[in-house]
Amino acid sequence: MTAQNDQGEARKRWMSLLAKSPPARLAALTRDMTDWPAFEWLRPPEVGGVMVRGRTGGTGAPFNLGEMTVTRCALRLATGEVGHGYVQGRDKAHAERAALIDAMMQTKRADALRRAVLDPLATQMQADKASRAAKAAATKVDFFTMVRGED
Amino acid sequence: MRDDTLSGGFADPPVDAAHAFRAALSALARPGRIETLTGAQAPEPVSPAAAALLLTLCDAETPLFLAPLHDTPALRDWIAFHIGAPITPPHAAQFALGRWSDLPPLQGFPIGTADYPDRSTTLIIELDRLTAQGARLTGPGIETEAHLSLPDIAPFRANRALFPLGLDFYFTCGTSLAGLPRSTNVEDA
Repeated sequence: MTAQNDQGEARKRWMSLLAKSPPARLAALTRDMTDWPAFEWLRPPEVGGVMVRGRTGGTGAPFNLGEMTVTRCALRLATGEVGHGYVQGRDKAHAERAALIDAMMQTKRADALRRAVLDPLATQMQADKASRAAKAAATKVDFFTMVRGED
Repeated sequence: MRDDTLSGGFADPPVDAAHAFRAALSALARPGRIETLTGAQAPEPVSPAAAALLLTLCDAETPLFLAPLHDTPALRDWIAFHIGAPITPPHAAQFALGRWSDLPPLQGFPIGTADYPDRSTTLIIELDRLTAQGARLTGPGIETEAHLSLPDIAPFRANRALFPLGLDFYFTCGTSLAGLPRSTNVEDA
């Protein structure tokens, strides 16, 4: 049971990473891969909208933030593993790559794939986030009050 | 994750669904005419024609009733993945799927209201055979008369008497599809 939970957690992490990854990044990282496995579509890529919900108030009540475009697909490898791809945007090839990687992460190629694609992707996205945060931090203005000398 | 509840959807959803919708439209517009419907495969015991109808007509906002023999875990999973329709009891159903002998009494399904006659159930009935012989059909969409191998006569006459309220029927068998709207008169051949 715990092993299954761990597996589920790990899959959640790579699904989350793939969903948020920029299409160009993932395409660049997988450009050299020529041995994509054979697969059949369970659900060809389709574009739709999902409602993004957040918690804006301090009370934690859910709030509809807005709709975003999502592309999803599902496929099955010739060896039987099922992969799902849910990615932001309307890039169908990106969704296909995400679903293929999800399916291949359930096979023996998982470790190689993690080293070649997922880890660099995570590092790059983390770096992007940090540099953007640093840029924003540079514009921070600190307000302070001088002694007003009212005495 | 190797079961067949994930496969069997349309290969090219926009085109296949358009073809299936055209067939469904023609079937109801020309009662008694038998259309062919392919491209979908649901778990047993659903026929390919019924599977294509479900994929075309149902979505997450159309409550669906499954007759007991059709109410299997495999079919529920298939519907959850491909359609997302909620499974409901008859009184809340917009669509129903089952064999004629397996369906609960037709009085249990909504027939619409005077203001909204469209708020009624469309039944998809699976038959062992579907041919253009048997009960005599007359009415809108039929030039002189048509014949269809209906499983019964009296319930469809009673349904016609409710017009403009009432239920609409699709009959499926393998890849064959026929329609019987509430406006059609049904008599013994």
